[in-house]
Amino acid sequence: MSTRQPDAAKGGKFRAPLLFAVMAALIVMEGLTTGWDSALVILNMGIISAIMALGLNMQWGYAGLFNSGVVGFTALGGLAPVLISMPPTGGAMSQGGWQILGALLIAVLALVVATKLNHRLHGAARAAGVVAALVIGFVLFRAVFDPAVARVQAINPASQGYLGGLGLPVLLAWPVGAVLAAAAAWAIGKTSLGLRSDYLAIATLGIGEIIVAVLKNEEWLDRGVLNVTGIPRPWPVPYEVDLQADPGFVARMQGWGIDPVTGSTLTVKLIYMGLFGIVLALLLWGAQLALKSPWGRMMRAIRDNETAAAAMGKNVTRRHLQIFMLGAAVMGLAGAMMITLDGQMTPASYNPLRYTFLILVMVVVGGSGNNWGSVLGAVLVWFLWIKAEAWGPEIMNLAISHMSEGPLRQHLFDAAPQMRVIVMGLLLLLVLRFSPRGLLPEK
Amino acid sequence: MDILNAIVAILNYVIVPATTYGAQLALGALGVTLIYGILRFSNFAQGDTMAFGTAITIMVTWGLQSLGIGFGPLPTALLALPFGIAITCALLLGTDRVVYRYYRTVRAAPVILVMVSVGVMFLMNGITRILIGVDEIKFADGARFLISASEFKSWTGLTEPLAIRSTQAITVIVAGLLVWALFWFLAKTRTGKSMRAYADNEDLALLSGINPDRVVTVTWIIAGALATTAGVLYGLDKSFKAFSYFQLVLPIFAAAVVGGLGNPLGAIAGGFIVAYSEVAVTYAWKKVAGYLFPSWDTDSLLQLLSTDYKFAVSFTILIIVLLFKPTGLFKGKAY
Amino acid sequence: MSRGPGMSFLDASNMTGGYGVSDILHDCTLRVEKGQIAVIVGPNGAGKSTAMKAVFGMLKLRGGSVTLDGEDITALSPQERVRKGMGFVPQVNNVFPTMTVEENLEMGAYIREDDYRDTMEQVYELFPILREKRHQHAGELSGGQRQQVAVGRALMTKPKLLMLDEPTAGVSPIVMDELFDRIIEVARTGISILMVEQNARQALEIADTGYVLVQGANKYTDTGAALMADPEVRRTFLGG
Repeated sequence: MSTRQPDAAKGGKFRAPLLFAVMAALIVMEGLTTGWDSALVILNMGIISAIMALGLNMQWGYAGLFNSGVVGFTALGGLAPVLISMPPTGGAMSQGGWQILGALLIAVLALVVATKLNHRLHGAARAAGVVAALVIGFVLFRAVFDPAVARVQAINPASQGYLGGLGLPVLLAWPVGAVLAAAAAWAIGKTSLGLRSDYLAIATLGIGEIIVAVLKNEEWLDRGVLNVTGIPRPWPVPYEVDLQADPGFVARMQGWGIDPVTGSTLTVKLIYMGLFGIVLALLLWGAQLALKSPWGRMMRAIRDNETAAAAMGKNVTRRHLQIFMLGAAVMGLAGAMMITLDGQMTPASYNPLRYTFLILVMVVVGGSGNNWGSVLGAVLVWFLWIKAEAWGPEIMNLAISHMSEGPLRQHLFDAAPQMRVIVMGLLLLLVLRFSPRGLLPEK
Repeated sequence: MDILNAIVAILNYVIVPATTYGAQLALGALGVTLIYGILRFSNFAQGDTMAFGTAITIMVTWGLQSLGIGFGPLPTALLALPFGIAITCALLLGTDRVVYRYYRTVRAAPVILVMVSVGVMFLMNGITRILIGVDEIKFADGARFLISASEFKSWTGLTEPLAIRSTQAITVIVAGLLVWALFWFLAKTRTGKSMRAYADNEDLALLSGINPDRVVTVTWIIAGALATTAGVLYGLDKSFKAFSYFQLVLPIFAAAVVGGLGNPLGAIAGGFIVAYSEVAVTYAWKKVAGYLFPSWDTDSLLQLLSTDYKFAVSFTILIIVLLFKPTGLFKGKAY
Repeated sequence: MSRGPGMSFLDASNMTGGYGVSDILHDCTLRVEKGQIAVIVGPNGAGKSTAMKAVFGMLKLRGGSVTLDGEDITALSPQERVRKGMGFVPQVNNVFPTMTVEENLEMGAYIREDDYRDTMEQVYELFPILREKRHQHAGELSGGQRQQVAVGRALMTKPKLLMLDEPTAGVSPIVMDELFDRIIEVARTGISILMVEQNARQALEIADTGYVLVQGANKYTDTGAALMADPEVRRTFLGG
């Protein structure tokens, strides 16, 4: 960001390949010591984190917009696989689904009317008109919405009780996730961009929490905390059981001296890796192209001197809204990919520390404004985050080995996995202070 | 129509809890607004500062309890509070010395400081988790009620109860005293005035010989006292859980923005506005309606939003203020 | 003109320097005698405010020196110069807007350990309107009143030299005349005044010494009356 540190990029043109080699070595070491399954789990989630980080880098790195609601955009993207790929719940639409959609339409109409009145009327009439539109809209909405929701949630509540999806291929859900997140970003950006930078940070914190709250509580939509499981896999990822039942696959694995069960799990993860890798590569290519385009140069010019850019006739707020939506769309895409990988939607697992602030650490550590840096930072920080949970107790064990058995020792041992939170805080602070341009500085 | 019972129901389920919650939010928002006014950034670590201060206070409380020291009918935590404040202030001053001071000297942009405060948030969050864990902890002892429901019913003969928990009374009294002391300090003392001068016009304050280090030190001490007290009062009233303290950042920020960032009086007003709206919107008004309009039969709970969406209320207020009056109700700094 | 260096009360000699690589001031000299008024005038961008800031230590000098009452203060920070007896009234943002008039004056006296009530009384006598409005927020006052608060705030340290950066910017002609009258009164109490002014004609009328700066260097230096009488100065800088 604006704290420039020209001599940070030591190592010249070998710096990036070297750091990526270190990253690869870490993954390989994990494979050799703990196992390839574990290494691939980390890598796949690392790639998804890298995509989230790319999205955040567009907002923070290109434009200096502080988004503290990444968790919300990711979660909203994660809703897409449920809506697109799950089979529709029989009778849900006729029981109340259409009515719910009608209620949502009423809500939107009420907002539109309120906005229009806000523009047209003045003085006391304006306030009265807006409030009246909202109150009437709300009452109508609830009157239509509540009974419909009750009926939908009554359908086979143990395994359904929600609208279900469209039963379409899950790959379609990825762009849909991006669109959902971008729409939320539009709404939030419209209200809080153009004000103090802190206001966007506060407003996004709010939208993040609210999106997660909606996903946790609206059972008709995604079963809430009851979770949606069994989200179908995307083409071309096979199921392990099918592979194990395939004599050709089993023979090939045995030929390579690999246990067919282990082989099947590794195969599935490798295919996911390939799929995610393609998406990441495409995004990275596009992001690099955008960054180097006149549009990207203008974005950075605005970031570095907003006043001057505004004086040159650039509509700063409009540009910011664009990039904010674009970044959110990438986060939504990553969110949809993550739910596809997990095969289930568990709204209660969306924790801001993990899905907002950790992504922020990834971007800053990797190098704000540098796309390759975000990818590198994401995989490295994700690796550290996972491993630190295991290392914490090991280090603590060494530290307290001389202590006598007792409640304090037990407490310290139990608390050791939390050390990684401190590690992340320290990492963020150290990078911000001593190397504000990160591992791979922006050019 | 039974107006008396309706009023008591409103008092019991809306006014009393919202006043308590509002006092807690007001203290938190005061901390945010002071830091914003003087150090010029939105402190994302506020919730975790509250959690840290409360965790220390709980640990001291346990220590006092194990020594058999109590505070009579009052919660032991009030005895432990000064220790919690002292240690929290020490941590904040240490953080300022090691972390924030550098960014002041290089005059970093506010958004960089917000990012830095996220790092501090991580640190404090981690320290709190290691100190006291992630589970819910209840630490209120002493007398349970100032007015208990059954006492109230037998005194008044009303069907509707009114209970005031002692923690609710303590919250309002302690918060009131603290706010009074803070405003007295800011209005009457030389140091307090110098803080306001620094917030108002930093360059002119420096020109007048006001020592910025001293202003910043005092600000952190006050912020530590406010955050710890707010956290302990909230924990006494409800319970302590590190994550729910982190989540308090949203209503606290909303309160500070609604009142006008940088304006202490606004922070207090904002705290109560947010608290009253939150409680009123998530309360099921069916009972009150039953007293007022006995003939009106409805199976709706008359609850505008479920309590799961209480943060949506803070958020909505925040958005309304951003849309219509970005400087807040009491003039703050919006740009 | 037999003044040697070090003899004037304020002696800022041969100041050279600027903010970045290029210098704004070139060998610029400003002197003020005890209880007298010196005015800096000149075209826009002549470095008038910069020269004043250099005297106050807000600009790093590459060459030259500043002495006050015979003491070399070239190396001191602005805050230290305030303690040495300099008072400075910036052109803008020169009050604490959400503090009352009285609190503004108190903040002016922040570095004083002694009883400053007498000084406050003097300020109120000089600017009676401030006494009337002493419990009002400075930000709610009119432009002219705000300038009085700003001057009053600077007077609270009992400065020996008061520096004013365009005190009449943006006020009406009537208010300007009144402000100049007050400034003369301040000078009569023995305080030296150094002032940058856009309204050159009116300012030179009250000036004991006038400095015409052009491109950061002294162009003309003389008494205010002499400069007003100089046809060359009149033609080029005073608009005929």
